[in-house]
This record gives sequence, structure tokens and C-alpha cells, in this order.
Amino acid sequence: MAAEVLLQGHQISRRWGGLVAVDRVSLALTRGTVHAVIGTNGAGKSTLVNILSGELPPSEGRVELLGQDVTDWSQPRRAQAGLGRSYQRTTVYPSFTVLENCRLAAQARTPLAWRWWQDAARCEASVAAARAAAARAGLDPFLDRQAGLLSHGQRRQLEIAMCLATAPQVLLLDEPLAGMGAEETERMLALLTELKVGHAILLVEHDMDAVFRVADTLTVMVNGGVIASGAPDFVRHSAEVKAAYLGE
Amino acid sequence: MKSRVGFVIVAFGLLALYPLVAGPYGIDLVTKIMIFALFALSLELLVGGTGLVCFGHAAFFGIGAYATVLLSPQDGTASVLWLLPAAVLAAAVYALAVGALSLRTKGVYFIMVTLAFAQMAYYVVHDTPLGGGTDGIYLNSKPAIGAWLELGRPLVLYGFTLTLLVAVFVFLALLSRSRFGRALAGIRVNEQRMRASGFSTYPYKLAAFTVSGALAGLAGFLFAVKDGFVNPELLSWHFSGAVLIMIILGGIGHLRGALVGAFAFALLQEFFKSEAVFGDFAKHWHLGLGLTIILSVALLPRGLVGLPAQWQARRAGRRGQHSRRSEAVEPR
Repeated sequence: MAAEVLLQGHQISRRWGGLVAVDRVSLALTRGTVHAVIGTNGAGKSTLVNILSGELPPSEGRVELLGQDVTDWSQPRRAQAGLGRSYQRTTVYPSFTVLENCRLAAQARTPLAWRWWQDAARCEASVAAARAAAARAGLDPFLDRQAGLLSHGQRRQLEIAMCLATAPQVLLLDEPLAGMGAEETERMLALLTELKVGHAILLVEHDMDAVFRVADTLTVMVNGGVIASGAPDFVRHSAEVKAAYLGE
Repeated sequence: MKSRVGFVIVAFGLLALYPLVAGPYGIDLVTKIMIFALFALSLELLVGGTGLVCFGHAAFFGIGAYATVLLSPQDGTASVLWLLPAAVLAAAVYALAVGALSLRTKGVYFIMVTLAFAQMAYYVVHDTPLGGGTDGIYLNSKPAIGAWLELGRPLVLYGFTLTLLVAVFVFLALLSRSRFGRALAGIRVNEQRMRASGFSTYPYKLAAFTVSGALAGLAGFLFAVKDGFVNPELLSWHFSGAVLIMIILGGIGHLRGALVGAFAFALLQEFFKSEAVFGDFAKHWHLGLGLTIILSVALLPRGLVGLPAQWQARRAGRRGQHSRRSEAVEPR
């Protein structure tokens, strides 16, 4: 069976005046795989994620989601079509509980949001989706805890749970392991391995050991361009990558 | 949670009983304050509920008030049943237009654009024959519903205003916990995150802006009926500033803050204007009011409704406990 491509970037470029932040990057995310993008600070990884998610228009190139050209779609429209993303900086709502954070995200997919007299906590569809997402991310025991009181690692899990609550098919995860301890990293890696069944995942990450453990495909970026892309073993032994990035 | 609901029920209960002990002056004053409270509630939906600081809210209030006067027939009595919806609709339509344009900007630009639109409306009534110029216009006869609801009678107007105040409070309380209200809260904290989850945030903000403008128009209707007179000052930026100060004084992020703030502001104003207390100095009441407000904002960062929590935190602090944690994430 041919791999099912869910999200594809064609020759994406982004320029800020004379600076080329992303330079003709192409990549394809397939269902059931983790595609990691690595690169030094300022290599254009986050800009690439912002273009794929629709936060930033590309200067050139196209983005295809589930076979449709979505280059001109707004971010909310792409999200509705099944594209979820998490942020490098934690963006959970600190005064809301874990469940409420997830429910709010899930609500984006439920109709009749204008019913002002109905208590949001009684919207069964969004509460069910929120509970399922929280459980999947391992936050079951903390549903009623305020997000601001969670540990850093738990907040990163919540970030993923909020992403899952919108029932996406593609997950763009911007440094989900940033600032995590060893134990938290293990938990997150187990979660990623579990999530890749059924999803296509783009993982932007700094932690090399972690990346090589979970990624099925790697893309290495330097100065906005791709210098190598392929299976982990291929990338690990690529001379350009060794020279430019792994420092060998 | 329970104590907050209790506070609101007791406050409305006291307002309902107040006419039993009050004279004509008291009735008139408290009617005015309740209208201000309604106005403050409408702004709280935007500022506290959605995170949009509108600095031109008096325009919606003023348009509601002017519509009431301009639409009233020259002879005969208008029915509340159509005049009130018409005044609210006028404010809502204007808010929809202003919101559609100003919501394309953010932060300080949004504040300035809403101010600019309000100033435009101000000069339209100030400098054109439409609004009677600087002198304003009088309401020929106060609206009524048949003989059983004559808003020209102070006690009837008091009861009507209180009923609407309670209704709007309940409406906003329900709204804030509905999915729509939660989405607004999400937009307040982090709009980008909401867009990433798939919310088109613009229609949500525009709806909030329009509802807020409509409620301000309702307050304007009541004000025009109470005074029987409108003038351009109702649309001035001073008044937009005053209502912002009311909700800041009361505590942004809480509906009851708008109530408390409106009462505190109006009563402070009465106090500093009182010649019985200040004698000749009373004509400089702006000074006393201004200093008091500056002091309150400096000493009560979370407004008057945050006062109990602030005291608790201080007492806990004396006992050597750390209260910062609960302070950081107080639910809104």
C-alpha cells in the first residue's frame, strides 16, 4: 500500500526583505509516521511550521492538505479541515482547568456555538472530545486542576491534548520536548509513538537523541534550506549534515 | 462561588426594597446609577469578557438616547414596545458598522479607532441641526405601555430600570459560561491559540461588539427617558472614560465589578459635589474624585470586588504563608 500523504509543502519560500528565512523547502507528511525537522536556531523551522499551519503566508510555494491546495486558506479554516498545531511557547489558558482548556479547543468543531443560554460545560459533544483528548495525553487525573498549577511537563502534555481535542489528522508539534526533564521526555516520546498511529506528525525538535528515537523521516535545515532529507540512518551518515549540523 | 451569587442577590434585593425608604431625590439618583451600571455591564462584556478595550462606548449610549428622542412623536405618547427596540437597534447597527472596521486593528490602535468613531458621532450631533446642536433636544412626552407602565412616573421608571438591569446581568452571566462566552474568554487570553484550534475569531469579536453596543444603547434609552433631555455630552469621550473608570474601579473581569464600580463612581461623585460636606470647595469636585480614583487604582489593583481576596491574602501573608500561587490564577 502506498503511503497516504496528508500534508505536503511544495517549494515553500519565505523572505523578509532581503533575508530568506525559508528557501524552497518541500516535504510530505504521511499517515502513521513522524517526520522530524531539525536544524540550528534560526534555520527557519518555526517559520516553516507557521507557513504550513496558515499563520504566515509563504512568499512562494504551495501547501496541500488532504489533497487540496490550501495555500490561500486562513489558519482557522485549515484547522477545521484537520490540521492541528502546538506552540513552542506554552499557550494553554492558565486560569481554566485542564478539562476546560481541552473543551474550549474541542468546541471549535461543534456546531451551534451561538446558543448563549446553554452552559458550555453541558455541551456533551465537546466535553466528550475533551475528556478523550485529555485521557490520550495522560492527563486523566488532573481534569479539574487549573492549567496554571500544572508542572511544565504536564502543560506540554495539555498543549498536545488541546491539539487532539480538535480531532486533527495532521499534527504540527513545535518543540514539544523543550525544557522537559528525563522522565517527562520519556512520557512524551511514548505519547508521540502512540499518536503516530492514525496521524501524520511533523516534529520540530532540538533534542537529537529523542528525534532519532521517534522519527521515521528527518529533514535537516540550515539557513532556511534543506541540506538532507530521508531515513534517520541516511541522515546520520550524510556528510553534509555531519559538517553543517552534527559538528563532526 | 456561592458568596458571589449571594452578594448579587442581596444587592438586587436591596435595590428592590430601596423605594420603601427613599424620597424623590434618592429614587432619581439610584435610577441614574442603575442606568450607569447597565452601561458599565455592556462595556464589561467587551473589556473583561473579550479583552477589547473600547474607548468610544459613550457613542452607543448617546445614539440610543438620541434615537429615543428623535423617534418620539411630536404629539402623543410613544409605546415602549417599539421605541425601546428601535433605540437599541440604532445603537446595534452603529456598533456593527464601527466594529466591522475597528476590529481589524488590535491593542492601542483599536482603542484609538473606537475613540475616533465616537468623536465622529459626537460632532455629528454637536454640529448639525439633526441633533439640536450644543443645546441638545427635549423629549416631548415620555414613552409608556398603555396606562400600566408610564415611564414618566419616577417609581415606574425605577422598577423598569431595575428589571432591565437584572435581566441584562442574568443574560451576561449566562452568556459568559456558554460556549460563545468561553470562546470570547479564550480570545481575551490568547487569540492566536483560538485560531490554531479552528475558531474564526473575527465574527465572535464582532458579535460581542454589537451586543455590547446594543446594551449600551438600552442604557441610553433609559437615560433619555429619565432626564427627558439629551445633549452631545452623552457621546463625549469624557463619558467613555468615565464608564471605563467604573469597571476598572469595580474590578475588570467580574460582572458584579461593573455594578459595584458604577455605584462607587456615582456616589463618590455625589460626595465630592456635596456643598454640605465641602462648602465652596465642592465646585472643584473633579480634583477630589480624580485623586480618590488614582488612589483606589493604586491600592486595589483588582478593583473593589478583589478587596476580600486581597485582605485574605494579606492576612495569610502575615501568618507566613505563601498566597501568591492562588493569587496568580484566580478564576475569572
